[in-house]
Amino acid sequence: MDEHSRARRFETLFVPQLDAAYDFARWLTRDDRHAEDVVQEACLRAFKSLDGFHGENARAWLLAIVRNTYYTWFKKNKAEALSVPFDEESMTANGQELADLDSAGGSMDQVLQRQDARRLVNDALARLPEEFREVVVLRELEDLSYKEIAAIARIPLGTVMSRLARARKLLLQHLQQAQREQ
Amino acid sequence: MDCTESRSRLHAYLDQELDLPSVVAIDQHLASCPACKAIFARQSALQSGIRRHAEYYSAPAGLADRIRAKIGSAAAEVPATTLRPRWQWPQLRQWFRLGSAVAAAAVVSWIAAIQYSSPDENEIIAEQVIAGHARSVLTGHLVDVATSDEHTVKPWLSSKLDFSPPVTDLTGAGFPLVGGRLDYLDNRPVAALVYRHRKHVIDLFIWPDGTSGRGLPVQTLAKHGYNVLHWTEAGMAFWAISDLNAAELKTFAETYAGAY
Repeated sequence: MDEHSRARRFETLFVPQLDAAYDFARWLTRDDRHAEDVVQEACLRAFKSLDGFHGENARAWLLAIVRNTYYTWFKKNKAEALSVPFDEESMTANGQELADLDSAGGSMDQVLQRQDARRLVNDALARLPEEFREVVVLRELEDLSYKEIAAIARIPLGTVMSRLARARKLLLQHLQQAQREQ
Repeated sequence: MDCTESRSRLHAYLDQELDLPSVVAIDQHLASCPACKAIFARQSALQSGIRRHAEYYSAPAGLADRIRAKIGSAAAEVPATTLRPRWQWPQLRQWFRLGSAVAAAAVVSWIAAIQYSSPDENEIIAEQVIAGHARSVLTGHLVDVATSDEHTVKPWLSSKLDFSPPVTDLTGAGFPLVGGRLDYLDNRPVAALVYRHRKHVIDLFIWPDGTSGRGLPVQTLAKHGYNVLHWTEAGMAFWAISDLNAAELKTFAETYAGAY
């Protein structure tokens, strides 16, 4: 394939997926500048390995490259990436047992009615550990199936489901805690 | 369905990853169980809350152009391979021109074929067959009616569908019938017969394909680690799928097709 048709192929297949790529990278890096770096690098990789794309799902293919690029970038820039130091421990430390919370009073509607619901939701999502954050973003924002998420994150289908379950418990817990602290 | 079972499928239900009979079973349970209903409602509120409120970061203006520029310079680094040597003999040179023109035309039409051919219908159905199989294995929902008795499975399926699939137990050949279930493929409810071979589960999906009696021989497809076989006979479409190896799955298909 000559350079011209490669470029054209890239243009048709992947340029329409740039929003998805950027959104995913932005949620992984939690930073505008880093997200742009990751997407640029990922697109360059995608272009170079265009011959390896055989007409599968273009979006899932690009997102898988974005994810790989992010993890390479993360290893190189650990200090910067960890500037938002939240992990699962900090989210569960002063909470009730997760099982109890799951059946606790239905305060979700109240939380989501609040003026600052947007901030609370984004905050809760940004604070999720990344292996949970990525499955939620792929599922809820990119609307991908378990099968597609499994392929992108390179995990079995069952793990996609268990991570989503865990992620949702953490999100509920965080939002309900915010409601109690009001 | 009890609370434990329905809660274990909560997320697959929420994410529309369940087959139709499971969805119906959970709906029925939720209608009669306030405790589960409250849990599902809260998870569903969370899901819509995230979808409504979570930021979707669109690519900044100019990102596409910056990427194009980056790709342009990367492409320029690749050594040009299309330069032709200067040949002394004019005839030879013309031959080469003709040759490369033919080659170029061939490449262009090949690329066009790859780029513009829509996936054929069977490819699309094969994806659905794989998804249906994976869903049922993933959720542990293999059968709606669990029995190796073909005389129970067949009437059960016939009562739920507008056709009567051929059902036969193949225990003698090493493929015991586990049971049957309903699934939804190719935009219609279909029969799924479930067989086992050693530890492997084989799903055999059957539905009328609307064609005349002329059958289509067995075709093989392999995808995502599954083997898929497809054939038609007597106006019915058959799709067999399993993680079993291709040779044994083919034996299964031949045994099944020879048995009814």
